[in-house]
Amino acid sequence: MNRYPLWKYVTVAVALLVSLVYTLPNFFGESPAVQVSSAKATLKVDEKTRERVAITLQSAGVAINGIFLDATGVKVRLHNSDSQLQAKDILERQFNPDPADPQYVVALNLLSSSPQWLTSLHALPMYLGLDLRGGVHFLLQVDMKGALTKRLDSISGDLRSLLRDKNVRHSGINREGDRLIIRFRDNDIRSKARSVLESNQSDLSLAEQGEGDDLRLVATLKPEAIKRIQEFAVKQNMGTLNNRINELGVAEPVIAQQGADRIVVQLPGVQDPGKAKDILGRTATLEIRMVDETAGALEAAQAGQVPFGAELYVERGGVPLLVKKQVVLTGDRLTDAQPGFDSQTQEPAVHLTLDSAGARIFKDVTRDNVGKRMAIVLIEKGKGEVVTAPVIRAEIGGGRVQISGRMSTMEANDTALLLRAGSLAAPMEIIEERAIGPSLGAENIRKGFHSTMWGFAAIAVFMTAYYLLFGLVSVVALAANLLFLVALLSLLQATLTLPGIAAIALALGMAIDANVLINERIREELRNGSSPQLAIHTGYERAFGTILDSNITTLIAGIALLIFGSGPVRGFAVVHCLGILTSLFSAVVVSRAMINLIYGNRRKIESLAIGQIWKPGNTAAAQ
Amino acid sequence: MEFFRIRKDIPFMRHALVFNVVSLLTFLLAVFFLVSRGLHLSVEFTGGTLIELSYTQAADLEKVREGLGKAGYSDFSVQNFGSSQDVLIRLPLRADQNTTKIGESVLQALDAEASGASLRRVEFVGPQVGKELAENGALALLLVVIGIVVYLAFRFEWRFSVSAIIANLHDVIIILGFFAFFQWEFSLSVLAAVLAVLGYSVNESVVVFDRVRETFRKVRGLTTPQVLDHAITSTISRTIITHGSTQMMVLSMLLFGGETLYYFALALTIGICFGIYSSVLVASPLVMWLGVSREQFVRPKKQIEGANEDGAVV
Repeated sequence: MNRYPLWKYVTVAVALLVSLVYTLPNFFGESPAVQVSSAKATLKVDEKTRERVAITLQSAGVAINGIFLDATGVKVRLHNSDSQLQAKDILERQFNPDPADPQYVVALNLLSSSPQWLTSLHALPMYLGLDLRGGVHFLLQVDMKGALTKRLDSISGDLRSLLRDKNVRHSGINREGDRLIIRFRDNDIRSKARSVLESNQSDLSLAEQGEGDDLRLVATLKPEAIKRIQEFAVKQNMGTLNNRINELGVAEPVIAQQGADRIVVQLPGVQDPGKAKDILGRTATLEIRMVDETAGALEAAQAGQVPFGAELYVERGGVPLLVKKQVVLTGDRLTDAQPGFDSQTQEPAVHLTLDSAGARIFKDVTRDNVGKRMAIVLIEKGKGEVVTAPVIRAEIGGGRVQISGRMSTMEANDTALLLRAGSLAAPMEIIEERAIGPSLGAENIRKGFHSTMWGFAAIAVFMTAYYLLFGLVSVVALAANLLFLVALLSLLQATLTLPGIAAIALALGMAIDANVLINERIREELRNGSSPQLAIHTGYERAFGTILDSNITTLIAGIALLIFGSGPVRGFAVVHCLGILTSLFSAVVVSRAMINLIYGNRRKIESLAIGQIWKPGNTAAAQ
Repeated sequence: MEFFRIRKDIPFMRHALVFNVVSLLTFLLAVFFLVSRGLHLSVEFTGGTLIELSYTQAADLEKVREGLGKAGYSDFSVQNFGSSQDVLIRLPLRADQNTTKIGESVLQALDAEASGASLRRVEFVGPQVGKELAENGALALLLVVIGIVVYLAFRFEWRFSVSAIIANLHDVIIILGFFAFFQWEFSLSVLAAVLAVLGYSVNESVVVFDRVRETFRKVRGLTTPQVLDHAITSTISRTIITHGSTQMMVLSMLLFGGETLYYFALALTIGICFGIYSSVLVASPLVMWLGVSREQFVRPKKQIEGANEDGAVV
């Protein structure tokens, strides 16, 4: 009765083996590395970059321990931190000849030094949270009201020009809070306006109000439009943040949406929260200006004589360009930029949407400048860059602008992103900040590790002394539980934090409960006179119901923490819940498999090595 | 080794009333402290800034205070954190202050009076986050309570689920009472510990109840208090050993886990100690008062029409 079918043993063995493989990377530690990634959305890091990095380091005589290309960039593994710093300096000089205008991000990083075969199995070490590795964490709140107000203001401009185009006479459009109010004198005009708006502005829901002379049409944003605007605002802000963080040279930044209107930014290894905040909070502006195409002016400017009223810029791709200082249009007139295709030629294109005031200006400018070039300049930190400089082919009205020609799909995507990312869709505010020094991180790891180790040791000694062989089996099952838990955390790449380590320790402390229940049950069965084999069988069977019940109640608490917890509590809850699940398997199945292997095949067992069984009225110990 | 050599069932239920009165008193005391002193909530809940500094030699707290005072900060608290070299500064939220530079400006302010500090950790929490955390904490507690009551009512009986949850909420209040009395800092991780304890000590009640149900089904002719006594006595060994093992782990965290895990481990310690007491000596009497009886567990045998005493039919 105490024999498992082969498949159960195999399952346990496979589970242990797989867990061992996925736990292994955590033991190899990390080796110093340098990472080269692109600082600009338009610059791709590819196989050529990898070769360039390799050649640069080789010619400088820096010994490397491996170089490879992945999704984030080129990574070079080095032997020690001295050569890491040396390599970083060399690469920085080579890849960013002009420090004022970095093309690449060259950052120090740590790479797992586990062997390649493990990495190719996706066996990676656990991802350490900021409290363990040091770094800065920000929680930013996107001001959704601001985003909506901005949108409504631009819609009210659109409505004005729309009604004018359609010859509908109104007596004023105003925004009051989150509503737009359009006033009319005449009911017929109002219904005409209503039908115009309904067919042209699908984002608005309209309601009629007022009577007599004061007739009103109240427009509010539809809930789905609000949702779309909010999603767009968060996405755009994240894009902007991404661009800015690139400049900080952080190896593995995390930028993630949290909830409907919040963005988490985590910058591992960054020591200076002040600088990070400066960069995150910076505003970029987008300007549309005309290109100065006077013959000979560009050559003169390149020779050092920039004509009055013009500035020399370098277009993306390195072509110099002379741009007039006078600003035609600023970026806040731009409401959207999306990549797409030209409807006639099917060429990749970028579609820009301007608000009504912007559209009017744009129409005038394009009418007067057909055949000339205009430049779209992104200005950040007082430094400008020409994103694109298209030729104006015809007068463009209606506020919908298409930039096309000489562009790949990728370039169209990047340009749209740059144009969008130029400014924040909605203001943001830092509502939470955490900065942890690297020494504190290392200390936290050490403390967490020590508490788990000593606690485990104490439990192991006690269990073995108290339950002898069964205690030893329980301890091995507990160790298996630890193995499963670490493997699962590594496999899921869940972030391990200090509360997470506490949860591992606590999970072990609680998991032993199941084995105590089983062992006590077996002792009790023996006390009541069962044969050893029967005692094992009923002991495990009876204890299982109890173990299940008690683990489910603990799991309920864990899930509640997972749902409502944030930050440190979440880290705790994830490990807590996983720990309960792994403990069910290890305490019941793994320990049973071991007991079955030890006792299951014996015909006749005199006694079980489960410690002294004391029976009332029988002082002689049954060992 | 066998620690527990119990010959007869210990008559716990004879003293049920005493236990309940003791619990009620501790509970009321905890509530009293909670109301009169309140919890010393951490920055995570109240909003504000927390700065941890490290000096190379023992820090002079007076000078740190002086430096901060001169720089125009008020209502701050300065204390040692873990060792005499580490200093923890708490600053309240202030609308007029630029929070983005607070870490650097504090360091600058201290430069004159107590220089040589290095910044180890800065935490800033805005007012909206704190409020949300408190709300979410309360919601999590509510969800745990409902979840456990429903699960136990489904698995056992409503009497069990009600007494288990009362007994364990009583633990939670007592932990909070300790934190209020000693004015220990109540942080997010302590909240996590409290909820984990809630799940964990319900465990305890489940084990006892499981045995109560089993005894009701198997053994005839015992009164309800006797059944409860038997269930508690036969599980007491497991109770003590399990909690002892968990406590070893928690103790290890208390000793080696450093300042950050200290209150977490402390909350768990109180929770585990009171968890044993309450699930055994509070939940069981409650079950008894609520009128649990054998009939609720033994399904009456289906009566077949016309069957005689022996159940034989022709």
